Amino acid sequence: MGSGTEIGRVRGLGSARSGTKHWIHHRITAVSNLFLVLWMIFSLLHLPALDYLSVTTWLAKIWVAVPMMLMLVSVFTHLRLGLQILVEDYVHDEGLKFATLMFLNFYAIAGAAAGIFAVAKIAFTGAAS
Amino acid sequence: MAQTRTRPLSPHLTIWKWGPHMALSILQRATGDGMATAGVLGVVWWLIAAASGPAAYETFMHHATSWYGYVVMIGLTLFFFQHLFSGLRYFVLDIGAGYELKTNKSWAMVVPVAAIAVTAAIWLSILAGKL
Repeated sequence: MGSGTEIGRVRGLGSARSGTKHWIHHRITAVSNLFLVLWMIFSLLHLPALDYLSVTTWLAKIWVAVPMMLMLVSVFTHLRLGLQILVEDYVHDEGLKFATLMFLNFYAIAGAAAGIFAVAKIAFTGAAS
Repeated sequence: MAQTRTRPLSPHLTIWKWGPHMALSILQRATGDGMATAGVLGVVWWLIAAASGPAAYETFMHHATSWYGYVVMIGLTLFFFQHLFSGLRYFVLDIGAGYELKTNKSWAMVVPVAAIAVTAAIWLSILAGKL
């Protein structure tokens, strides 16, 4: 990196064309969230009861378990992208920003994995426990 | 990036006249952050409780159906629809439409009204079903 001219100081510090990808993925997951979270809300409203047996029997169905897993992937991807913007806007120390974004990734992936595993366990082992 | 020269700054937040579009922008971030933390942790807790057995599920339901459980769930419903309707407005703005001052202001005021109306409709139907 040069230090003499203005252009020399900024070369290599741009978005490297990754900003648009982030923006597009945020919009794509916004659309998938729109369908999947509305599906979850209105499915729960239509369930006759929300007790243990009703919910686990419902979650074990293939056309419930699959969209629920997709919803978890979509929601956690969207929140990872959204919280990344928040961190980049307010955390200015480079080291702290790096660490915060690392833990944000851990949080998003661990949260999605935990949720997906829970749905898979119900679907594969049945409601009885 | 060391910026030593003092440059003229663009007008800052404090001197702008407040409008509903500015409130929506802040609310979009606030509602998103709320759902990204309390919202998803609640949903994942619910799924893990259901996967762990009747006792764990009972513990979850005990908290979910307490007064604070309802406060959180009604709050998250409002957050969700505010974020959703506001997000739909941003899709329109993303394609370059809706920037005329009056149009922009009207839709910005429609968003929170729609979010409150849908939230109220959902929770009134739930509470009516319980009676």
